[in-house]
Amino acid sequence: MMFRIARRLRERGVLGLNERNTDFIMRLNPRKLYPRVDDKVLTKTLAIEAGMAVPELYGVIDNQGAVRGFPKIVADRESFVVKPAEGSGGEGILVVTGRSLRKRDAFRLASGLIITEAEIEHHISNIVSGQYSLSGTPDKAIIEYCVQFDPVFADVSYQGVPDVRVIVYRGYPVMAMVRLPTRASDGKANLHQGAVGAGVDISSGTTLQGVLDDEIVTEHPDTGALIAGVRIPQWDFILESAARGFEVTGLGYLGVDMVIDRNLGPLILEMNARPGLNIQLANQAGIAHRISRIEEIYDPAATPAERAQVARREFPAAGVSTPVSEAAAG
Amino acid sequence: MNQRYVWGLAGLLAALGFTIFAYKWQALGFPVTRNQEVPVYTVESSIGFDSGPGSIKVNLHIPTLTPGFRMLSENSVSRGYGFSLNYGTGGRVAQWAIRRADGPQRIYYRITVYADPDSDESDTTPPFPPPPVIIEPFRTAVDVIVAEVREHSADTASFTSELLRRMNDPTPDPNVELLVSETGSFAELVESVTTILASARIPARVVNGFRMEGQQRDAEFLVWLEVHDGDRWRYFNPRTGEEGLPDDYLVWWRGNEPLLAVEGGSNVDIGFAIQENHLDAIAIAEARATQRDARAFDFSLYSLPITTQAVYSVLLMIPIGALVMVVLRNLIGIDAFGTFMPVLIALAFRETRLFWGVVLFTLLVALGLSIRFLLERLRLLLVPRLSAVLIVVVLLMLSISLVSHRLGMETGLSVALFPMVIISMTIERMSVMWEEKGAIDAIRAGFGSLAIAVAAYIFMGMGWLQHLIFTFPELLLVFLAIVLLLGRYTGYRLLELRRFRALANE
Repeated sequence: MMFRIARRLRERGVLGLNERNTDFIMRLNPRKLYPRVDDKVLTKTLAIEAGMAVPELYGVIDNQGAVRGFPKIVADRESFVVKPAEGSGGEGILVVTGRSLRKRDAFRLASGLIITEAEIEHHISNIVSGQYSLSGTPDKAIIEYCVQFDPVFADVSYQGVPDVRVIVYRGYPVMAMVRLPTRASDGKANLHQGAVGAGVDISSGTTLQGVLDDEIVTEHPDTGALIAGVRIPQWDFILESAARGFEVTGLGYLGVDMVIDRNLGPLILEMNARPGLNIQLANQAGIAHRISRIEEIYDPAATPAERAQVARREFPAAGVSTPVSEAAAG
Repeated sequence: MNQRYVWGLAGLLAALGFTIFAYKWQALGFPVTRNQEVPVYTVESSIGFDSGPGSIKVNLHIPTLTPGFRMLSENSVSRGYGFSLNYGTGGRVAQWAIRRADGPQRIYYRITVYADPDSDESDTTPPFPPPPVIIEPFRTAVDVIVAEVREHSADTASFTSELLRRMNDPTPDPNVELLVSETGSFAELVESVTTILASARIPARVVNGFRMEGQQRDAEFLVWLEVHDGDRWRYFNPRTGEEGLPDDYLVWWRGNEPLLAVEGGSNVDIGFAIQENHLDAIAIAEARATQRDARAFDFSLYSLPITTQAVYSVLLMIPIGALVMVVLRNLIGIDAFGTFMPVLIALAFRETRLFWGVVLFTLLVALGLSIRFLLERLRLLLVPRLSAVLIVVVLLMLSISLVSHRLGMETGLSVALFPMVIISMTIERMSVMWEEKGAIDAIRAGFGSLAIAVAAYIFMGMGWLQHLIFTFPELLLVFLAIVLLLGRYTGYRLLELRRFRALANE
């Protein structure tokens, strides 16, 4: 029984944790490159240098003395996000959607509450002292553009921030999913906390079925909308940006997280040196076969755009018959 | 390349570990099971005599070459005698000497031996004996016997057997009867056999010894016959002519010199008592290693002071726990907090026993976690937060001890043995996971840690395994090899089969 399941999974190319750690992360992701993805300021700087689309950086506050400079950073901004550079799990993020109508130094949060400038400065001071950093070391506060979410996922997410994750193997996108917040996940796009992960057909950029707590689901648990069949806009650009993540970080096994802005299109939010394996469940497919296919056709000279096209050609999801040309046109 | 390197290294380590293990086990006799005991025999000879007016000299033959046995220790007890060891033709001779003594004297010599089938030390090749001078009519009888026996035998061994058969024949021929009638005791008869063998130019001597069986208060010497066939010494049962030495026969002395000679004393008596004891096999192995000048024992943990040994007996359990943890985490796929936290918890379980260990651990973590959630609201920095959790954990341990003492449950006192820092870190990591990944994952990992701790405790508590590792620490190299190989295991974890089961069916 056990061995039958193991053989079946092996046949379908399902990657396990041990294999991911030894054969991919340890082999392809040198530890000295980790800061490039762990420090969000560094990630952003590198991404901008490479000409990638990221939420615009308004300012970085890296010491208590600089906290007073906060009003100057946001002087011309109506909305922005404050977050710790080395935070995790969405802790310590402040989303400011606008200014108070009556007072210029008071702000409106995404939840509708009003917060004063002094309160935000106190929050930044806490971030800088390392309160949201898991290692407890002094951190940096990032103030950046507040993403205006594209309504494409409005039907299949409950509040929060849906994002697109693409696994990139040696520069080639191999698998993708969309993470849809639910009421249970408290608006966070975190599969561990109960968000729905929906597989994406790499070749067409259309969502497949979803997975919730390792179980297959076809409808969003809160909105009831069908998860499959959502066409992700600018799919070519998303794949190409993800592929470029390899040049930026040097990590051979990489997870690239992107959000889609209403006006600016797909933006890179962060990158991950040890992306999880749930993406295989969301896609109902193993990742190992796709990786070995990449090994066969690997071309060190290929540009990110070429690699994205290779991925679209090589990995059509079973049962989705969207020709590449039509998807590209849409 | 990398894979082959790991396999090679693991193979090398395992081979090295097993080789040392096999040498210590097979060659030096280190016991593989606990409380293994080996019988040892103590033979005590007690010499008594009345002292004469002058100086006294006592000579006693003592064991030298003992096939089938090895000496563990020997000592002598006497009052004011000088002691020296000499070598005579029949082996070692112990000598006690004193210038003047009054009244009845008693001297003890004690030797402790253990059975060792490998011990087949044989004496040097003797010269051919000169033809003995025998007076008539015995001379003719001996010549006739030798001639007849030679006719019925092929070599030294069959000659001896045939001769002994004739000497023991209940209806002997007249020549034999003539010789037998001249001997008073059986020992004398065997001596006359050596004389006959000597006239056939065969080196032979009488062997005296004891059978090591049970307790004997007045042990009697058992006479045996030793014959050299030009190549090696062979033993013959002088009663039957059969070749061989009984397994439990301890050779005391050889030849026909008297066992005991006392100069300057009278009313000499000597008695032998044999006592069978059981001694820890470790002690025997130690003695054997010393005799062979083997270095193995110098580096054995048994050579350390007892208190240090006690420390290591615990420390050496940790690799077992680590191995259990590697298997459970990387092969089974159980989630846990901290790399070695479960092993340290398992060490604490050794003191609290399993049931109370699990109860106290769960209680401590649950209480600590609820207080940690209260602290969460205060938004403390990392180090002060951890310190606060640590102080809370100590307070909780204190109150659990006090409450359980009040209730008369003394087991609750052992909560003090839990590693408080480890518990604090567990609580901290559990609460972080609770926030990041949700309550279900955090609780699952908490129970995972507990399950690993219980499994590690069970394996670390296995007496035979403890003994094996303590006696053969080189087996840790084998552990290392296994862990190296598991470090390169890229197959599925058992629980992943469940996690990905949706992918296994169409």
